[in-house]
Amino acid sequence: MGRSIFDKIWDAHVVCKRMDGRELLFIDRHITHELHAPHAFKKLKEAGRRVRRPDITFSALDHTPASTPGRTDTTNPEGKPFIDAVRAASAENNVRVFDLGDDDYGISHVVGPEIGMVLPGATHAVPDSHACTVGGLGALAFGCGTTELEHVLATQVMAMARPKRMRVNLVGRIGALASAKDVALKILAQIGVSGGRGHIIEFAGPVARALSIEGRLTLCNLTIEMGSRSGLVAPDDKTFEWLHGRRWAPKGAMWDRALDYWRTLPSDEDAVFEREVTVDCDGLQPQITWGTDPSQVIEVDGHAPDPAHLPTEQRAAVERALAYMGLQPGQPIAGLPVHRVFIGSCTNARLPDLQEAAAIVRGQHVAEGVFALVSAGSTRVKREAEAIGLDKVFRDAGFIWGESACSMCAGANGDGGKAGERILSTTNRNFENRQGRGVRTHLVGPALAAAAAVAGRIVDVPNAKAGAQ
Amino acid sequence: MKAFTHVTGTAIPFLEDDVNTDQIAPVAGGARMSEDYAQTLFRHRRRGADGAEDPDFVFNKPQFRSGAMLVSGRNFGCGSSRESAVWTFLAIGVTCIIARSFADMYRENCLQNGILPITLSDAQADALEAAVVAADGAAPFTVDLERQEITGPNGLHMAFDISAADRTRLLEGLDDIGLTMKHKAEIEAFEKKMADMLPWSQRADASTL
Ligand code: SF4
Repeated sequence: MGRSIFDKIWDAHVVCKRMDGRELLFIDRHITHELHAPHAFKKLKEAGRRVRRPDITFSALDHTPASTPGRTDTTNPEGKPFIDAVRAASAENNVRVFDLGDDDYGISHVVGPEIGMVLPGATHAVPDSHACTVGGLGALAFGCGTTELEHVLATQVMAMARPKRMRVNLVGRIGALASAKDVALKILAQIGVSGGRGHIIEFAGPVARALSIEGRLTLCNLTIEMGSRSGLVAPDDKTFEWLHGRRWAPKGAMWDRALDYWRTLPSDEDAVFEREVTVDCDGLQPQITWGTDPSQVIEVDGHAPDPAHLPTEQRAAVERALAYMGLQPGQPIAGLPVHRVFIGSCTNARLPDLQEAAAIVRGQHVAEGVFALVSAGSTRVKREAEAIGLDKVFRDAGFIWGESACSMCAGANGDGGKAGERILSTTNRNFENRQGRGVRTHLVGPALAAAAAVAGRIVDVPNAKAGAQ
Repeated sequence: MKAFTHVTGTAIPFLEDDVNTDQIAPVAGGARMSEDYAQTLFRHRRRGADGAEDPDFVFNKPQFRSGAMLVSGRNFGCGSSRESAVWTFLAIGVTCIIARSFADMYRENCLQNGILPITLSDAQADALEAAVVAADGAAPFTVDLERQEITGPNGLHMAFDISAADRTRLLEGLDDIGLTMKHKAEIEAFEKKMADMLPWSQRADASTL
């Protein structure tokens, strides 16, 4: 029987079966972050334990620092104790911190790939549910809780029951205005927020192949919103080209040896999946969430649902979401006034995302009264964008060119909106109150976010340009 | 970890699907190092914009300010990996969560903290929810992990499934790290094997190999 890429990576990393039946999975790379790590480091110390493999463990400081231009570690004073705790515990354990001001600073899921730390066929852990992002390079990554984090720190393995396999076949050819985010939202609309529960998803088919590596990282980022703890795209020549020459990637003869191995990873023809779905992406248009879970998705010229037309058991939840979002049943989404726009996060803040948004913003101005913030996914992305003048494009248009951080994605650094405000956000969760109490979040790709900033309302991309001429 | 054998007490009905971790334990507005988890629990949903408590919200009702177990719907705990979404329940005394299904990571976080996550079939969930709503906090329910059964007022009695491994772990309150460290020799052997087979996997900076 053929094996899937998941089976190949999993099997290669099983150390042994523990006495309780769980399998111990070796974790090749591990990045902690300051919001969850202090507690785990403290427990580790209390138990008289140390980090077992400091050489493959790293600490990010992404959740709590301010995004304010020129920020320091005290700009958000509430974040300072988290940062200090992680700095101290990391130093005690010889763990390297991707610190503020460091060339390798950024959101963990952005930094790992860009420095070549993430490799196809490798296992990763981060105490953050979007660890799955790096599946875009063909790595198998798991988000974990704080107690599991302590376990990985102490042992370098995770104790897990083997998940099931699911394949999402993405067929057709997406429309010219759509990007990876729209593909992910389309999948969510079809399979829902628990569609992948208990499974690891392999994204396959022509659409997955056609996406850039950054696009695949965006796609895999949203796997957790589908209910799956992890998702991946099999590596191909595009992956290898993207990785070649990255700082920590193997070089020379070792690269060739790794490449031979990586080429064996894609799923066999006759691989078996417990669940398989096909999502038709042909002619896909930009998508937007109307509600309070990431599967409540429509096209930008679509309408909010009318509960009266839904089965009885679905009505209450939809009514509640409409009320929270300040929408009438059946109302068109386009035209709604927008108060804030956030372009950032581990979902959509790599260089091509910023380029996509800048292409719309260039020569235009943010509509009056709209607060618009760009926060690159890492310091490196920020500098690369500055080198090609994107900071100027955004600043000239009236955007704040912020420092890299998670920022408004989860609001752990205090960034966010005010009650009743509507935010177009390139992030991954539109849950009630996530971006601030009473804030109405619509998830979109970079293009729609930029278009809304310029228009001051939700518009499709061609109209954003037409409106400003 | 504290062992879980059985619990008797108030069952809190929170009959919604897809209850996410941002609702259970919000961080928006800025994370704080020292946190009162009982206060964090559903912080935004408990209070109106003016800060006043919503008396109709279930966790604000006098009989449900604390409780022994929670009863909820499908895909409970979806969203973030944040373990505070489990600690908030422990802070009000809840050590058992009964749902139609759980998000994978949330269920794991429960097990890591000695909280028993029970998944019921739709028919069982219908019956239990009806009984819990009818009891309205006035009559206790009991969950017995050894016998794998839930009992309650008016002769309510149902069996539940849980994997043998998860059951043992909770019953004995096993220290997860201690359990894994019994396999230290195997982990070391694995590292040696991988350094040989896939050397780049054992070196964060593989460019120097
Ligand atoms: S950007 Fe958002 S989703 Fe990504 S790591 Fe930060 S908080 Fe998590």
